[in-house]
Amino acid sequence: MVSFLTNPRSFMAFSRIAAPVLGVATACAFALGLYRTFTVPEDALHGDTVRMMFIHVPAAWLAMFSYACLGVASLLNLVFRQALADLAARACAPLGAAFTGLALVTGSLWGRPTWGTWWEWDGRMTSVLILFLLWLAYIALRAAIDDEARAARAGAILALVGMVNLPIIHFSVYWWNSLHQGSSTLGAAKGDGLPPVYGATLGIMGLAYLGLFGALWLTRIRTEVRLRRLRAAALRAAED
Amino acid sequence: MRPLFTLLGRELALGWGRGGGPLPALAFYAAITVLLPLAAGPDTSRLAPVATGVAWMALALASLLSLERLFERDFEDGGLDLLMTGPMALELVCAVKCLAQWITTAGPLALAAPVAAVMLGAPLGSAPTILACALAGGLAFVFVGGIGAALALGARRGGLLVAAIVLPLFSPPVIFGGAALYADQLGSGAGGGLLLLLGWTAGAVALSPLAMAAACRNAVQ
Repeated sequence: MVSFLTNPRSFMAFSRIAAPVLGVATACAFALGLYRTFTVPEDALHGDTVRMMFIHVPAAWLAMFSYACLGVASLLNLVFRQALADLAARACAPLGAAFTGLALVTGSLWGRPTWGTWWEWDGRMTSVLILFLLWLAYIALRAAIDDEARAARAGAILALVGMVNLPIIHFSVYWWNSLHQGSSTLGAAKGDGLPPVYGATLGIMGLAYLGLFGALWLTRIRTEVRLRRLRAAALRAAED
Repeated sequence: MRPLFTLLGRELALGWGRGGGPLPALAFYAAITVLLPLAAGPDTSRLAPVATGVAWMALALASLLSLERLFERDFEDGGLDLLMTGPMALELVCAVKCLAQWITTAGPLALAAPVAAVMLGAPLGSAPTILACALAGGLAFVFVGGIGAALALGARRGGLLVAAIVLPLFSPPVIFGGAALYADQLGSGAGGGLLLLLGWTAGAVALSPLAMAAACRNAVQ
């Protein structure tokens, strides 16, 4: 099904439609989600600060999801030598770093009123910070190697090594004694889950973040493809 | 088995003889240890609670220092190409190199770790735990660090890059070793953390040669 995406030309044709459509859908989802974020009733325990959840939690989801995307793209590049997969991995890195940074910053802002601290060295926060460092390492490694194909494969190896970190993030809540609360969505203990009005808003915001990531990623891959075409054209022109 | 021991002998000789052997790493380790009381004040009551932790963290940093030369010289003089065409799998070559690095550098560092911790005010009874952590953790640091060293081959600013790549990956062993040291300090037994550290080390020893060899092939091509 996805095989037509491996060809740059058909990818460009696909993304030319898909990116703007996804962008418009994302804008609609954000409009609805943000409206609900500011109009849902206050929480009995958290008060107004519960609204931070709709900003923070989807960012943390996307931080992990984008790293999974990087891992899949890296695997496709490393094993199947898909050139487009490498462009996707390259385009993914700054986005993933941004979402991870957003999760850290909003988490810190939310932690201050609810926990009374900007930062606490608990398992989940620490491992998200490590995820952020992994993004930086990935970007630094790619930037330090001049040869494009070599940088692509070195980055892919590092990304796959870093994938080991993803399950640690997920299970860190259970591994370390933690200030960070457990999951309230999937796999929450009975009676500990979110009330439906919050759950729906969180879901809409999650979709909005996902759409934003998708639209930006597609656009960035398009830019990478064009950059490569430009470089190839410049090479040809220099040979003539 | 013969090529394996020949390679191990060569790596040990190079690791021990070249550039002062373990001396730079030891000097670096001692210097970090000295800087802590200079920065935080010489008061033992303030130093003692963090003594084992700092000795442990400094060990991770010191084992990072000599990683850069793990593949660098062989990469530059073409030795790596020869090793790749040799009878041994490149994965095994990488593992042997890491093993030699562990013996020549991490071993002396592990012996220095309890001394540093006790100088900072840790009780003498904690020395065996620190030594065990340093020996097991040193192996993990070398094997995971080898991935960074192999990835940074042929890159600009290799040394800094190795640190940026490798330090985040050091976090699980540092956590496990730290947990063992902390439990030892509380008197509740370091066994759990130590076992986790050993388990993680075993995983790293088994898996990282694959990544190292892939990175070496990528750099040489």
